[in-house]
Amino acid sequence: MNLTYSAEEQAFRHEVRDFLATSLPDDIRERVRLGRRLSADDHVHWQTILGGRGWLAGNWPKTHGGPGWSPVQRHIFDEECAAAHAPTVVPFGVNMVAPVIIKFGSEAQQRHYLPRILANQDWWCQGYSEPGAGSDLASLKTRAVRDGDHYVVTGQKTWTTLGQHANMMFCLVRTDPDARKQAGISFLLIDMASPGITVRPIITLEGAHEVNEVFLDEVRVPVANRVGEEGEGWTCAKFLLTHERTGIAGLGHAKQALRHLKSLAIREQHRGRPLLELASFRQRVVKVELELMALEVTNLRVIAAARDGGAPGAESSLLKVRGSELRQELSDLTRRALGPAALPFLPDFLHGEADLDDPTQAESAAGAAQYFNRRKLSIYGGANEIQKSIVAKTILGM
Amino acid sequence: MDFSLTDEQRMLADTLERLIADRVAPDQRRAMLEAPANERSALWRTFAELGLLHLPFAEEVGGLGGDGTDLMLIMRALGRGLVPDPYLAGLVLPGDLLARLGDAGQQARWLAPLLEGEHQLALAWQERDARYDAHGIVTTARRDEDGWRLNGGKQLVLNATSAAALLVTARHDDGRLGLFVVPADATGLTRRDYRTIDDQTASDMTLDAVSLSDDACLSRDAAQTLDATLALGRAALCAEAVGAMEVACEQTLDYLKERRQFGKPLSSFQSLQHRMVDMHLHLEQARSMAILAATSLDCPAAERDYRLAAAKAYCGEAARFVAEQAIQLHGGMGMTDECHVSHYAKHLVMFDHYLGDSDHHLEHVSDHLVDVM
Repeated sequence: MNLTYSAEEQAFRHEVRDFLATSLPDDIRERVRLGRRLSADDHVHWQTILGGRGWLAGNWPKTHGGPGWSPVQRHIFDEECAAAHAPTVVPFGVNMVAPVIIKFGSEAQQRHYLPRILANQDWWCQGYSEPGAGSDLASLKTRAVRDGDHYVVTGQKTWTTLGQHANMMFCLVRTDPDARKQAGISFLLIDMASPGITVRPIITLEGAHEVNEVFLDEVRVPVANRVGEEGEGWTCAKFLLTHERTGIAGLGHAKQALRHLKSLAIREQHRGRPLLELASFRQRVVKVELELMALEVTNLRVIAAARDGGAPGAESSLLKVRGSELRQELSDLTRRALGPAALPFLPDFLHGEADLDDPTQAESAAGAAQYFNRRKLSIYGGANEIQKSIVAKTILGM
Repeated sequence: MDFSLTDEQRMLADTLERLIADRVAPDQRRAMLEAPANERSALWRTFAELGLLHLPFAEEVGGLGGDGTDLMLIMRALGRGLVPDPYLAGLVLPGDLLARLGDAGQQARWLAPLLEGEHQLALAWQERDARYDAHGIVTTARRDEDGWRLNGGKQLVLNATSAAALLVTARHDDGRLGLFVVPADATGLTRRDYRTIDDQTASDMTLDAVSLSDDACLSRDAAQTLDATLALGRAALCAEAVGAMEVACEQTLDYLKERRQFGKPLSSFQSLQHRMVDMHLHLEQARSMAILAATSLDCPAAERDYRLAAAKAYCGEAARFVAEQAIQLHGGMGMTDECHVSHYAKHLVMFDHYLGDSDHHLEHVSDHLVDVM
């Protein structure tokens, strides 16, 4: 056994690092570093640069225009992006709907949608959760009734991340109300410009507009926009949940957050000494350091297993639970490290375009907001309690 | 980056698993613990026949050149069986010091018979007032006309009762840390033997003007080598704890599936399912730290010791969590001596008291926290 990266992998890391140093626009880097909202244009601008380098679709097979990276390379890429304050690629197109279209889509769907995703021509959002279907996703009620060559879709989706920018939505709908609950679900691709769709913002507790409600009122969707067979939607959804989740721990983000925390705790002063010398605070940083060391090795074990042909299944639930807890703890310590400077609430700066006169205020503006934003990590993508139930069932056979 | 085992390593793991299942089943283990120390040698002879006593040592000193991963596999298997034989205390730790520091004569006299299974040794590095600090000792070594004279006391010397000789640390007049081979029957050496709460054989010792010949001195400046050997020991203990945690988790899971209350198996209760998953999470994270420890032994000393401190502290807390949950989830049964899991729980809790506890190692991590930014 050894835990060192190969010479090729280290060379790849330097290639990514050099690319990020020269190609990531300074204004975008600065907005990410300060925890400010990115505009739709910022995202598209950066993803176009990545696409130009052939690095947008890191987990696609080469045959469909991916770079043909190994799981180790994808991990390195994610780490370097986080370290360089590059925006996270908006996952709904490239990482979520595309693998489903590659796996279950028709040739026509692949020919139409995949190049558009690579060229950033479509902005996808996810229509999964409903007001009455969160952890119990399969109880979703949005109805799709067949009418000739169309489905007529009526219902409500929620927690639709960045849906305000989207022109396409992949959506789980109930096509057979009489079937067993998972069996009656189908996977539809819906044009957000269709008549009958209304998107309403949900403002989260830190004042951000990240998620939305989407209302569907007799929206006509061509049957040709169904991926897979009718009633196979749950298979597509489950495939997404187990596909390429080696990055789910957010390790690169956690490492960057710990580096930031340490430098912050050295800069901040407590009784004339760096905060990091305050024993109780330092002890908590030590605990985070250890947890991160363990999680990194666990993550590398899962990545190596994926590289060697195993599919990360329920192990990704372990990564999700521990990774989210770790990142939440880091956001807590960062907020605490800022002290009184964490209190000013500056939504026009964080979520808008307003500048601040005081550069030190800009450095600390996002601390508390990010702490509250990170509470989502243990809720979305299957709450941590759901992840534990998955492990209990699939790994432990309980 | 490679987490896979070689064919030889897979064979080693399989062989050990079968051997321990055959020879150290819980009832056999009880009998082994009750036998006088010097009669408990059947399994040790098998270890010798299988080459396990040669495996962890370099080929230059007559070993088989095993690495940290090999040692991890062995210790994990021993942990799964809670094997009483003193593989770490009686073989690996003293043998590693002899291999690193001994001259040809010293190795011929003490190391070669150790590898052949003809005798066992022990390492006396701990002192009451130094707690877990290997360097802060007060036992002294003075030069006299015939050789060396040692005065002081040692605490928690594992396997001293079965050892032909003890490797003893002592401070020279110039402040440096010396290392000596003290024959078990040396005049002036007295032992107070006891059994630890987790069934290890240990002794406290007094050295009252123990006279040693010139060739008893292994090193007049052993501090750095001792650190390397203790790092090896910590990696081994982490792996052993992982093996014991595996069994504690397996037995707890089996119990939850068998035991019925309120008309259904305990495993159907969600609060117990999630607690079982938490045990599993601790086990897997501890396993990662044990791998990190085993693969860091050849790093530069500062990096090695940082990682080993982190691993030992992390595994200590994970082991305690798994032990306490195993007792709790077994209910009243977990409180009994008859229930096997209670023996695993005892060893897992007391793991923290060997080669430095979590607080000791967290302090080391804390002291070097910003070195690794």
